[in-house]
Amino acid sequence: MKHRGANTFLSMDWLTVILYTVLVFMGWLNIYSAVYDESHSSILSVSQRYGKQLIWIGVAYVGIIVPIMASSNKIYSVLAYIIYGTVMFMLALVLVAGKESHGARSWFEIGMFKIQPSEFAKFATALALSKLLSAYDFALDNIKSWVQAVGLILAPAALILLQPDMGSVIVYFSMIFVFYREGMPGIILVMVAVGIVLFVYTLQTDIYIVMIGIILLSSIGYLIYGGRMKHTLLALAFIAGVFLFLFAINMFLLHSKFEVQYIILATEVLVAPIFLIFGYIKKSLTAVLITAFLIVCSGAVLSVDFVFHNIMTAHQQTLINVFLGLENDPKGTGYNVEQSKIAIGSGGLTGKGFLQGTQTKYNFVPEQATDFIFCTVGEEWGFIGTTVVIVLFLCLILRIIYLAELQMSSFARIYGYCVASILFFHLAINVGMTIGMVPVIGIPLPFFSYGGSSLWSFTILLFIFIRLDASRDEML
Amino acid sequence: MSSVLSNRKYVIGAIFIAIMVSYIIKFFSIEVIDSSYKLSAESNVFRKVVDYPARGLVFDRNGKLLVYNESSYDLLVVPNRVPEFDTADLCNILGITLEQFRTEFNKAVKYAKYKESVIFKQITKQRYAYLLEKMYKFPGFEVQERTARRYEHNAAAQVLGYVREVDKKDIEADPYYKSGDYIGVAGIEKSYERFLRGKKGLKIFIVDVKNRVQGKYKEGKYDTVAIVGKNIVSTLDIDLQLYGEKLMQNKIGSVVAIEPSTGEILALVSAPGYDPNMLVGSDMAINYPKLLRDKYKPMFNRALMAAYPPGSTFKPINALIGLQEGVITVGSAFPCNGGFRVGAHTLHCHHAGSLDLIPAIQHSCNAWFCYAYTKILGDRKFGRTDSAYSNWQRRVQSFGLGKKLDSDLSQESKGIIYSKNYFNKYYGEGHWTAYTIISMSIGQGELGFTPFQICNACATIANRGYYYIPHIVKKIEDEQDIDPKFHVRQETGIKREHFDPVIEGMYAVCEMGTGRSARVPGVKVCGKTGTAQNPHGKDHSIFEAFAPKDDPKIAIAVYVENGGFGATYAAPIAGLMIEKYLNDTITRPDVEKRIINANLMDPNAQMGAKKNEKKDDNTNEKNNKH
Repeated sequence: MKHRGANTFLSMDWLTVILYTVLVFMGWLNIYSAVYDESHSSILSVSQRYGKQLIWIGVAYVGIIVPIMASSNKIYSVLAYIIYGTVMFMLALVLVAGKESHGARSWFEIGMFKIQPSEFAKFATALALSKLLSAYDFALDNIKSWVQAVGLILAPAALILLQPDMGSVIVYFSMIFVFYREGMPGIILVMVAVGIVLFVYTLQTDIYIVMIGIILLSSIGYLIYGGRMKHTLLALAFIAGVFLFLFAINMFLLHSKFEVQYIILATEVLVAPIFLIFGYIKKSLTAVLITAFLIVCSGAVLSVDFVFHNIMTAHQQTLINVFLGLENDPKGTGYNVEQSKIAIGSGGLTGKGFLQGTQTKYNFVPEQATDFIFCTVGEEWGFIGTTVVIVLFLCLILRIIYLAELQMSSFARIYGYCVASILFFHLAINVGMTIGMVPVIGIPLPFFSYGGSSLWSFTILLFIFIRLDASRDEML
Repeated sequence: MSSVLSNRKYVIGAIFIAIMVSYIIKFFSIEVIDSSYKLSAESNVFRKVVDYPARGLVFDRNGKLLVYNESSYDLLVVPNRVPEFDTADLCNILGITLEQFRTEFNKAVKYAKYKESVIFKQITKQRYAYLLEKMYKFPGFEVQERTARRYEHNAAAQVLGYVREVDKKDIEADPYYKSGDYIGVAGIEKSYERFLRGKKGLKIFIVDVKNRVQGKYKEGKYDTVAIVGKNIVSTLDIDLQLYGEKLMQNKIGSVVAIEPSTGEILALVSAPGYDPNMLVGSDMAINYPKLLRDKYKPMFNRALMAAYPPGSTFKPINALIGLQEGVITVGSAFPCNGGFRVGAHTLHCHHAGSLDLIPAIQHSCNAWFCYAYTKILGDRKFGRTDSAYSNWQRRVQSFGLGKKLDSDLSQESKGIIYSKNYFNKYYGEGHWTAYTIISMSIGQGELGFTPFQICNACATIANRGYYYIPHIVKKIEDEQDIDPKFHVRQETGIKREHFDPVIEGMYAVCEMGTGRSARVPGVKVCGKTGTAQNPHGKDHSIFEAFAPKDDPKIAIAVYVENGGFGATYAAPIAGLMIEKYLNDTITRPDVEKRIINANLMDPNAQMGAKKNEKKDDNTNEKNNKH
């Protein structure tokens, strides 16, 4: 064990490095194919995106990986807040001095170089968060700690939101996995997940369906946290009875004055006191919490819906819809996703073959080299290709989690979780949006998507962890 | 605590794996199971450009061009490539109103901004020339060359037919057709559509999202070349046709001429006709409804579709049936006292004394044929009148009368000849005899045949007992032969020997009988006059003939509506046609002149001309005032 750390290049986790290399190479092949044009045959043509990407890959190896691996593992913990502060400054600066494009101020333009500070904010925040959570006197068991931890994340998120770049903001939600690993109650993970799903689906589907979903979710939650089946079914029956009663009154006495979702809310408000009394008598905290969850969620969903439709102006609605990917296209809702699905779906089992994709190459798919690069994978390499890429990513992420758990220092462990979570969020959102499982949120696919900032920031993010892992036995 | 928390790696790992597995399942469903995305992908990137072949040409029997193609031009537009431009200028060149243009342009925008659509079809050569000069002013517009049908002569419109753009029904009936294709809808254009249309070619291009061509699909492996339509040689003699139409000008009626030895249609005139070029290209929209509204119905092919009572032209048929059944002989003489009395009615005759067969035909003796008809329907071997009638009906139909001839002209009407059931029902079984329906003996009453059928029956007589199904097409390019059914002898079952006396009678008609005006010097013409009773006005003048007597080259039927006796108009027209066809010179210009100048149309037909005169008067008045 003595040797570990003596030469970081020998002791680095080669499996991770190979996975990284394979993904970067595959990414480049797909960029090449996506922007391939017979008139520019030279691979190294710097005027083309694949030529530039090749340069950036080279820079990543020589200018990023080598220095990181050669550096001391101590500096990351030491410099964490300094790096974080610097990037925060950049994020603030970009709002003033940045170059506006596509309605967002996200880029610095220095000569021919363009840098997106929000990409680098990811690893900076990960470092700072790891530093904070690993401090010896820090524990996530009081409000103050939570405020510090969440504040650390919200600062870059808020600055990025001002650009605005919703995609990059959303990534910070991935830190919930880190908190969970470091002791956050599991119920919060569930509730946040439910909250996100509700927020998105409230605006996408009929609201009463979402509300019925909340009732069912609450029942399941109650069962999971020790509620009895008998009580759950009784409660559901009770809700149904009250609902039907109110529904009939609304229909026959009030001539359908109220919409269904308001009747559901009224039902919940009427039955809630009974549930609360039940919880008090049975001394069941779960029953009380679940009831609260039910009321709060339903109320939140209705307010979101109400605010969205009745208070917001059409312009604001459009902005939100753009954020949710419901309205980002000239040809009507869902056009981009439809084209993306067509491209992927036309790939079949084995794909059309390298450079044979038509949907991506001829621009039917938007942003085919950046956010929608996965369409090229689907179209040219088929189901086999998409599966291979997903599995490779999953291997990389699970490997990082596995390695994180081996770390002696909690800084390295927490940082490892940050890396895994950020990578996973990018993977899930980017790939999910190409097949319509997630709203269209413009974030890159790590290592695949065209772009220097993105490639470099993910490389830095990953290789700091590989560097820390190379000296995993050391306490920092 | 730490070890408990470290177990959470399993929860996190499980969540990650679960989400990715659900993605993989989704990928499997859209990539492997659902094939609809592959189709959508094709429709995205393939732009199929149809290569339209030129339609086949049509020639007359002597190789003279009848129908050909002329370049015409469709104006295409890709709406999103059109900047602001001088719309008025474009409209001027195209000869359309600004409103028309806007409607069409909006349609194109609605269809697809990135894709091209046709906004104006069949621009004439002249307009195209102007347009070409100014094309640089109209970016986003493009001209696609198509062909438009042109007809060499203002003649034979109903025979040649016309083409129009396919409608929904055509597309449903035959998947070959796609919106924008043309299809023949009448005459030869319709009957031989399959040969004339050729085969469309298809080029598949790959386009990007803005519909810009990126190259050929698989280097054109799946492209097909357009195959030009087959040329067709018609049986028509266009000179004869033109002459027939000239003779029939300002008259209503038909002229049909058939070569008896082959069944080839030499001329088929339905008057009044129309200029076939009226139904070409964008003019069609204006002219088609006009023609439909015309009170003389120029689109109605009288020769094929109008059933008239055959009148006395039917007498030779009855004579032949009588001879075949053995109920009369050439020597049968029946008394004629100026007519045949049935109850209170008399069918009058215009000659004197009793006659036998040949002079009976020559003089068209009504009484003789009434007697003959009583013999035919009273034939003992059939027992009852209705059985004898059925036999007679069968014999009549063996001449192609009262049934569809099944020619290659699609609009044939069947004509009228009733079965015995009709009379059994009408008069009661056993309650009718030859006397009840005696008017049929002289071709009146419950009979109706088209000029086409009468001409064919005449050709049958000329052939002495058989006919070939009349047809309009002689040869199709690259085809071995026309439909073999046109080479099958259609036998009447009447013995050849019976024809001789009847033909003698018909010869006498033209030599010294009722049809003398059809005589052609130096040609033995056989014919028979007829007068179809017309309850609505003056009788129709009919004449059937063939010539020469011993080696018939032409059989002809002429119908002139409201022309009175057959001898008045129909016979001389038939004579002139025969002379024109056989000798190509007219020896009787006075007769020709009389016929050409005769105007038997409703005097209202002159309305247009009169109006013009009035206009002239008005202008004169105005001029005077000045």
